[in-house]
Amino acid sequence: MMWVWLWTDIMIWLLVVSLGLWGWTISRSPQVKAQWIAIFRSKIAMTSAIVLLMYVSIALLDSLHFRLALPDQPVGEKVQYQGQTLSVLDWVFDEIRGKVERTYSAPFALKEHSSSIIKTDDGQIKQIALDLTHAGSHLAAAEDRNQDILLKSLWAIFVAWVLSKLFISLHIYWRARVAKISWRQQAGLVLKGKTELPWRTAYLTFSIGLIVLAWLYHLGHYYHVLGTDKVGGDVLYQSFKSVRTGVLIGVLTTLVMLPLALILGISAGLFRGWIDDVIQYLYTTLNSIPGILLIAAAVLVMQTMIMNNPDWFETATERADIRLLVLVLILGLTSWTGLCRLLRAETLKISQVEYVTAARAFGVSRFKIIGRHILPNVMHIVLIAVVLDFSALVLAEAVLSYVGVGVDPTMHSWGNMINQARLEMAREPMVWWSLLSAFIFMFILVLAANLFSDRVQRVLDPKNN
Amino acid sequence: MLFEGARFVLLGAATLGLVACSDQWNTPYTNEQVASNTLFSAFSAPPKHLDPVRSYSSNEWAINAQILEPPLQYHYLKRPYTLEPLTLSKMPEVRYLNQQGEPVLATDADLAYSEVVLNIKPGIQYQPHPAFVKDEQGALRYAALSAKDLSGLKSPFDLKDQSSRELVAADYAYAIKRMAVRQNHSPILDSMNEHIVGLAEFSEQISEQRTQADSDAFFDLRPHEIEGIKVVNDYELRIRLHGVYPQFMYWLSMNFFAPVPWEVMQFYAQPGLVDLNISFDTFPVGTGPYRLVENNPNRRMRLQKHPNYQPQYYPNDSLAENMPSSLLADAGKRLPMIDEVVYTLEKENVPYWNKFLQGYYDASGVSADSFDQAVQVSVNGELDLTGEMKTKDIQMRSSVQPTIFYLAFNMLDEVVGGYDEKAQKLRQAISIAVNYEEFISIFMNERGLAAQGPIPPGIFGHVDGEAGVNPYVHDWHEGEARRKSLETARQLLAEAGYPEGRNQQTGRPLQLNYDAVATGPDDRSRMDWMRKQFEQLGIELMIRSTDYNRFQDKVRKGDAQIFFWGWNADYPDPENFLFLLYGPNSSVATNGAGINSSNYANPEFDRLFEQIRTMENTPERMAKLQQMIDIARQDAPWIWGLHPRSLSLYHSWYKNVWPNSLANNTIKYLAIDAEQRAQKQAQWNQPIVWPLWLTAAIILWLIIWARRVYRQRQQQRVITGDNAS
Amino acid sequence: MMAYIARRLFYAIPILIGVNLITFVLFFMVNSPDDMARAQLGAKQTTPAMIETWKAERGYDKPLFFNNEAPGLVKFSDTLFVEESLKLFVFDFGRSDSGRDIGADILERMWPSLQIALPTFAIGLITTITLALLIVLFRGTALDTSAMVIAVMIMSISGLFYIIAGQVLFSKILNWVPISGYEPGWAGVKFVILPVLIGVFAGLGAGTRWYRSIFLEEINRDYVRTARAKGLSEIKVLFKHVLPNGMLPILTGVVVVIPSLFMGSLIMESFFGIPGLGSYTIDAINAQDFAIVKAMVFFGAVLYIIGLILTDISYTIFDPRVRLS
Repeated sequence: MMWVWLWTDIMIWLLVVSLGLWGWTISRSPQVKAQWIAIFRSKIAMTSAIVLLMYVSIALLDSLHFRLALPDQPVGEKVQYQGQTLSVLDWVFDEIRGKVERTYSAPFALKEHSSSIIKTDDGQIKQIALDLTHAGSHLAAAEDRNQDILLKSLWAIFVAWVLSKLFISLHIYWRARVAKISWRQQAGLVLKGKTELPWRTAYLTFSIGLIVLAWLYHLGHYYHVLGTDKVGGDVLYQSFKSVRTGVLIGVLTTLVMLPLALILGISAGLFRGWIDDVIQYLYTTLNSIPGILLIAAAVLVMQTMIMNNPDWFETATERADIRLLVLVLILGLTSWTGLCRLLRAETLKISQVEYVTAARAFGVSRFKIIGRHILPNVMHIVLIAVVLDFSALVLAEAVLSYVGVGVDPTMHSWGNMINQARLEMAREPMVWWSLLSAFIFMFILVLAANLFSDRVQRVLDPKNN
Repeated sequence: MLFEGARFVLLGAATLGLVACSDQWNTPYTNEQVASNTLFSAFSAPPKHLDPVRSYSSNEWAINAQILEPPLQYHYLKRPYTLEPLTLSKMPEVRYLNQQGEPVLATDADLAYSEVVLNIKPGIQYQPHPAFVKDEQGALRYAALSAKDLSGLKSPFDLKDQSSRELVAADYAYAIKRMAVRQNHSPILDSMNEHIVGLAEFSEQISEQRTQADSDAFFDLRPHEIEGIKVVNDYELRIRLHGVYPQFMYWLSMNFFAPVPWEVMQFYAQPGLVDLNISFDTFPVGTGPYRLVENNPNRRMRLQKHPNYQPQYYPNDSLAENMPSSLLADAGKRLPMIDEVVYTLEKENVPYWNKFLQGYYDASGVSADSFDQAVQVSVNGELDLTGEMKTKDIQMRSSVQPTIFYLAFNMLDEVVGGYDEKAQKLRQAISIAVNYEEFISIFMNERGLAAQGPIPPGIFGHVDGEAGVNPYVHDWHEGEARRKSLETARQLLAEAGYPEGRNQQTGRPLQLNYDAVATGPDDRSRMDWMRKQFEQLGIELMIRSTDYNRFQDKVRKGDAQIFFWGWNADYPDPENFLFLLYGPNSSVATNGAGINSSNYANPEFDRLFEQIRTMENTPERMAKLQQMIDIARQDAPWIWGLHPRSLSLYHSWYKNVWPNSLANNTIKYLAIDAEQRAQKQAQWNQPIVWPLWLTAAIILWLIIWARRVYRQRQQQRVITGDNAS
Repeated sequence: MMAYIARRLFYAIPILIGVNLITFVLFFMVNSPDDMARAQLGAKQTTPAMIETWKAERGYDKPLFFNNEAPGLVKFSDTLFVEESLKLFVFDFGRSDSGRDIGADILERMWPSLQIALPTFAIGLITTITLALLIVLFRGTALDTSAMVIAVMIMSISGLFYIIAGQVLFSKILNWVPISGYEPGWAGVKFVILPVLIGVFAGLGAGTRWYRSIFLEEINRDYVRTARAKGLSEIKVLFKHVLPNGMLPILTGVVVVIPSLFMGSLIMESFFGIPGLGSYTIDAINAQDFAIVKAMVFFGAVLYIIGLILTDISYTIFDPRVRLS
């Protein structure tokens, strides 16, 4: 096995590490820590955060890539690897991924969605819906299906419930130790909802999430829980694979946008003069180009570059990944202007405040002023912008794919799923499951992000205090 | 305040409800339109060019073939496809001449030219157009339009007077001269240069002169003459060709050879008209059964019956096999039968399809594979309609098109190219593995035929049944062609040096690149499918998707390895397909100008091709064709892919529909029963009204509730306010 | 005032040059003129001779930014960039790559775009403000909370779903409106209802939340408290005090988009077959018709700048404290 680090993998893990570092830093500042605790005091924020965390974990699992060695190779020679790049998520879904049918089938169906003509052994021609090769192949008779689903569901729910209880107990134990009380006392507080943070809600969300995941996963081994697509691919697997694309576009874009907006915004506000003029010119110009046109043009440019240099990439996954990276870069380049303007205005305001002008008069260096006075005071703006942008970007991906300038068409993404589903909706009878799956997966993520950002805004924005 | 709003909403709902009783709400047309003898059709992309010198896409021809009339046409019903005179009094005569211009026999060694004689039917009139209007002095009235004339002009027919003129032979000559001018971007000029005597020299000369002249002004071509084109009198035209070129007759049925009246060219060259998007490219004029009276490519195009159309009649014989006799119900009737055709822009397939189901389009025209659930293969192997279609009495016609979609190998490629046995076996193995029967079943719902060779059914050289089976890919089994097993393919692959898909020497898995055009949402599943096919042999397929432009570029330069492409017959002759494999046409060898994109070059094949090129359809030609096909099958430069089946769905009130893949001017044969249409539309589109009342009720309830809550709060506030004070 | 506008317009010139520069660089990185020629000639067989003629006709045979063969300063002026940009500044958009007059097309397609965008904008603004006021009126009740939850939900659904669902429900199942199409003027109302409805609905969530927060901010100010203490009814307080004072922040956000309404909506127009500028743009992107994209980018930039100027002017009208200088 050989680990493969795609560009976006590196970026997302770097982000995770830096977020960890940042979390460690703020945990030492009581003021910021208090703010965060205030955010999580809301039940909705807590629930959303846990849902978001689940999505992010799926995306992270899908961001650990490797290539397997080819079987039975001569010993001693250089090991040859499969061309296909897999991720840990693919490995988890290995069995489900392999259960490919011929064409469309509905959720939990045992037969294909459309009927085909077959010749029976005695030469008769019949028109029937063919049996699926994988789904329900463990059943002795088709009538057993409902009972089988029920039993398997109960089993999955039970296991997930036990597991979640286990994790929750561990967490309670940890909280109890921190609070220096007994496990029982802490559990009692949780049950009554008397803890500082709404742990009861958190545990509940966690349990439900785990149960849903376990149920989907377990039943996915026996049925196509969300049906199959035109070439028989499992929609459940596709939906999970799309999580990475959505999350990465939302998260990494900010990574690109932030430094630009921070550096340009603050320098414009602080240095003024010609620097301010240039930066203002830059963002007004960028702003005045209709966004979609700019994105389309830039994506097409990169596409050309990718097309003309096919030897840059060893596998199709790498190629698709570069395209995702490019999309992220471009979205970042086009979306920094708004935040930049806010930061500029805020910096202008702060630099007029007496203690800053005083610091300047005393000859404190500009970088120190930025670090000490400006950055901490604009952090709330940055944070609000980041969480607000996240949901907008996830939604934008779908629209861009529709216009044809989204992620690579071979990449799993909700945008691609919706785009394909448009045509499926016109079929007779309708094929609705791809659209519905994409809808639900996307809706939950965006809803959680919106609710969370709402709370962040309410707590951090001084206007709302 | 709130109640005012509610009353307004209710009032609105009530009026809508009243409207509902009389009419269907969702009709995109007016009632008068629906009741008239009008055909409702759609176009999915605006035609870029209607100028016959330039237009070459099917969506452009679908419009301008109704307007323009080249000398010949394909018989509407006869199969195999047969040419018949359209504006000529008889089929053109061909004479063979030697270098000196003396008549010789077709078989003579000193044959140098052939001369095609066109005899034009007297009395054919152009469509009424302002360009033909003359004043009392006999000068053209609208030759100098003033700014006042131009203001607000949407089409040339907004000008008050229109007139007509008789078709003469010089108009055909004028069209060929226009073709020669490079600046007109004729797509066939370079191939015609090889055939028409003197055209190449003339083209070079006239293009140079055109460059010198003002590019927007009228450039009169009448004084210039081409050596090989001779206008004998008003009704006779002679075209001299190099050597023998029997396919020229087919070219004469295409719009490139439709007559162009010089008056019209002069009219459109006036300054100011082009800025209004009025030009020969947007409002072409011809002698055809319809004239284009409205051309808004963003929304709608409208064809109107040509009032002085030449006497043409619906054919009264020549029904080919399995054609229903109902096709002759209108036999002998004067054409055209429909008064007006309205094309609406319909870019998205889903609305298009739904409007067809609602009865608002007379024919579906949707060839997208996405609606395959409308049809299925019936028990006897024929296509048949499903549930809803049947209850609506929707009709269907389908025929295999003279088209081939193929998967080409680049024969210059190091891995998949080459002519030795190993390379052949590799390609043959892949040809077996890529299961086009499955492709047709999944993506086209049986609307296609797996190809056995380059020539589609209906074209001379295609053989049905056991004799026509490609022995390298298929076996004949119980009366049908059956694809060879994957085992055979794996065996071939091992013999080619890639056991289990791995290079024998290096042990590396075989990786191939597939270039594809990916734009639509359906492309991803096609690519997945393609990858699966290669995976069966252990070959890893890298898919490089791109846009059509870059794809073409890559293929032209010979940079692609495996790619999917197609060819649509220009004319029903095997030469038109086999020249795709002719060595000297190879893309790379001709610097991208050639059409042989797989760069296949087999000397024996090329030698035979040069022979069959000019032969008549004789058994001898057939034998040679089979020989060529066998060579190509063994070399396998293409995976033969499939021949698509056209499918048109249409409503029961739409008559005389029969697919003719080569003729474009077919609207004149069609008929509409407008009364039945209006009745069905009304029956299918009754709006469901109760949700409106429900919504109104909910809103009302909300308002009442809100009002109550507000009152309560107001009172509370007063009380608490009192307490506070 | 006039002097101010003139100065702002003058400032717009470097911005527009910058915009042009960006489009040029991007597009010629994507497409060589050969590509464009091939795409437009588009026939089955395209020969090099045909491509050369096409390029010469459009001036695409000139160098992009720097003409080595020309003397002196003409090195810069006899280039594709300078020639094309100068034409744009006098709004001469030229011909599209397929040969149609772009100016005529834009003029014609502007109205269908407006026919969708203007009602969507106006009705959207009125409904969202009305709803926001209503919610503020009932602030702190269950209505407020549930409205906010619904608003977040509306925001969390991709616009594509609304369109797909709307078409299926209202056109296919209920037969209320034509599924797509367009007709100018009043005859077109039936075509416009659905896209407008969907547009308004999709914007409801974000709009309501935003206006609500603006109004809430106003309602907590002292003068409102005083007004209430005087015994004015809650509705009167809202309409007499909160709404007019809330208009100012609303204006800043809203006026800037008004000119851009001309640009139309990409998605809406292509789903509903509206022949407006949005679908014009999308088609041009797909066909890689550089001439149109260039014109539309320029047009969009001009409209945006007009929007900025209008915003400033509207400040002076609605807020007497602001003076343009």
